Amino acid sequence: MSSISTRRLQKELKEINNDCPQGIALVKAEDFETWYLSLQVLGESVFADETFLLKFRFDNQYPISSPSVTFVVDEHFQAPLHPHVYSNGHICANILGDGWSPVLSVTSVCISLQSMLASCTKKERPEGNDRYVMFAPEDPKKVDHFSS
Amino acid sequence: MSSDYEYSDDDAEYYEGMDMDEDEDIDAQDDAISEDEMEIDFSRHDRISSGKQKAYEVEYDTMPQEVVESLISKDIDHISSIFGVSNGVASLLLRYMQWNKERMVEKYMDNSIELSVKAGVSVVPPPPASSSGRVSSSRSKSSTSVATKRTTRRSAAESASRSKATPEPPTSPEYTICQICFDDEQTEMLALSCGHKFCVDCWSTFIRSKIREEGEINVGCMASDCSLIAPDSFLYSALGADKETAKRHKELIVRHYVGCNKNLKFCPYPSCINTVSCPAAASKSALSTFVPTVTCGVSDDHIFCFGCPIEGDHRPIICGVAKLWLKKCQDDSETANWIKSNTKECSKCQSTIEKNGGCNHMTCKKCKYEFCWVCMGPWSEHGTSWYNCNRYEESSGVEARDAQARSRASLERYLHYYNRWANHEQSAKLSVDLYSKTEKKMEEMQITSNLTWIEVQFAKKAVDEVFKCRMTLKWTYAMAYYLAKGNAKELFEDNQRDLEKAVEDLSELLETPIEADNIPILRQKMTDKTVYVHKRNEIMLEDTAEGFLEGRWKWNVNVEGFETTSD
Ligand SMILES: [Zn+2]
Ligand SMILES: [Zn+2]
Ligand SMILES: [Zn+2]
Ligand SMILES: [Zn+2]
Repeated sequence: MSSISTRRLQKELKEINNDCPQGIALVKAEDFETWYLSLQVLGESVFADETFLLKFRFDNQYPISSPSVTFVVDEHFQAPLHPHVYSNGHICANILGDGWSPVLSVTSVCISLQSMLASCTKKERPEGNDRYVMFAPEDPKKVDHFSS
Repeated sequence: MSSDYEYSDDDAEYYEGMDMDEDEDIDAQDDAISEDEMEIDFSRHDRISSGKQKAYEVEYDTMPQEVVESLISKDIDHISSIFGVSNGVASLLLRYMQWNKERMVEKYMDNSIELSVKAGVSVVPPPPASSSGRVSSSRSKSSTSVATKRTTRRSAAESASRSKATPEPPTSPEYTICQICFDDEQTEMLALSCGHKFCVDCWSTFIRSKIREEGEINVGCMASDCSLIAPDSFLYSALGADKETAKRHKELIVRHYVGCNKNLKFCPYPSCINTVSCPAAASKSALSTFVPTVTCGVSDDHIFCFGCPIEGDHRPIICGVAKLWLKKCQDDSETANWIKSNTKECSKCQSTIEKNGGCNHMTCKKCKYEFCWVCMGPWSEHGTSWYNCNRYEESSGVEARDAQARSRASLERYLHYYNRWANHEQSAKLSVDLYSKTEKKMEEMQITSNLTWIEVQFAKKAVDEVFKCRMTLKWTYAMAYYLAKGNAKELFEDNQRDLEKAVEDLSELLETPIEADNIPILRQKMTDKTVYVHKRNEIMLEDTAEGFLEGRWKWNVNVEGFETTSD
């Protein structure tokens, strides 16, 4: 019996392969636990010509529970300089937390993040970035929402 | 993490809206409470002065979950009969209004549509006469401001996503397959009144995760742009055979109701589901006149303070001062530990050191090693005058030295109280050991003597009494730390000393080895001593409680609800 998350991700994978929104590309999806997608902001933007890499992690509760989504930070990629993105790649977006709905998908998350970047006019880190990065666990879903 | 750093235009709206609502609710609650207060204060006072009630006790009721549930049903039935709405709707409306029935009725009469939308009972009504454009931008905008109610702050990202990324609303009839799991074997589809259909399996998984993992009482529609909240009947039928989750939800509702009612408090003991009703302690001002110690009725262990989150019984000290003390202990724990670990032993011969008054000059009783308390270095390097620790005072003037001496003296003072406080706490914890020892002793006694089980209970009674009194003593040290110098404090400390002496005597007696021939004497002694200790504790508690009622206690710090101190 395939779990709900596998079935759902299978379907999403098929759709992404068929028709991926502009500026978004699937980089790696070898299993149903971790996917990588690249993200570019189209048109005029403070992020024009920059490419970012997103890492999606799914547990078997997906899509009932949200995926864990971060920007990859390594020797090739940086997290976008944005007031909702910490320098460790953690993203501060409601849809990835309380505002998650099971009808949202990998593509819709990418599109949301794309428009979040597109609407940005001033490149800067969130307030308290350093403190957050120092104490945040690796997985943003494990961040305690109430203690900070 | 999303909640703390987000801001957007939506948020500004959201906050303003929330603030207004909160203020209104708080006002409403305050009104309700001040009425209660007047009634209760009088009756409490009367009972105490007529000797019907002890000053250190408070009147309260214990309520098992069913009793609270029946209160909830009564409110729900009331609302549903006034407005002709279903019980499920009435419950959502009341929950949204923090169970303030009067405010809810008022708001509903004022604008039933607005309240229904805010409470997640119904969707935003379609804009009047705006023909076919069903999912127009205006609709998604209005639903944004409504959706903010779902305990969340909307980010720019999501507002953006709503217009672009949200899948087609699954209301469209062409969806025959669940848009979450895409499992074509799922045939049973459920939707709230919004019409967003999902399969029963997805619903139940979602509901379970919201209730069990997030402890939510309100489970919203799974569609991303929908602010409807599922009524309880929907939740329970979607959960089907999962009665555990339904039970947890009912418990969460009771907790929510209790949390919204200042006259009620949930028993804080793990997995206990009892509630205590104590209207006498519902107002802040009442809490500066007595300590509302209550038990939930399950067992004597479930004893807690109705007025504050401190676990256990913190009599005789009132909540506000107890809180000050715990905060102080927390803030000073590092200093206290440093001092304790550094002053216990002589750094030369490891024997207990003696301190010369409040100054920095330490002298070991045994090896006569003299050293500086501040730097732990040999005193000989410090010259001959007291207080002159040039290795600590980098650039010293007379004033700075005095300031240091002052802070040293205040620490000294704190440690005096803290050490005794900690000692009683420690000893009370050890009474668990003492209890098992006593139990063994009682068994022995039954064997070695002709005493019955009932007759050997005297030892258990003694242990219980010791534990209780150590708790009292512990808090008397916190209280004494804050009591202003004077007659009243001296009498307080006399009572404290008498109780402490009696408790230590009884503790010692409990350690006495049991011999067959000393049992009758021991029993007599222990029973007498227990009675005496009990009496001393009563005096300590009652006199302190009366002092609060009379306004006899003056503090050396500012305490909420008391006159400001001058020194
Ligand atoms: Zn809906
Ligand atoms: Zn489904
Ligand atoms: Zn209890
Ligand atoms: Zn308290």
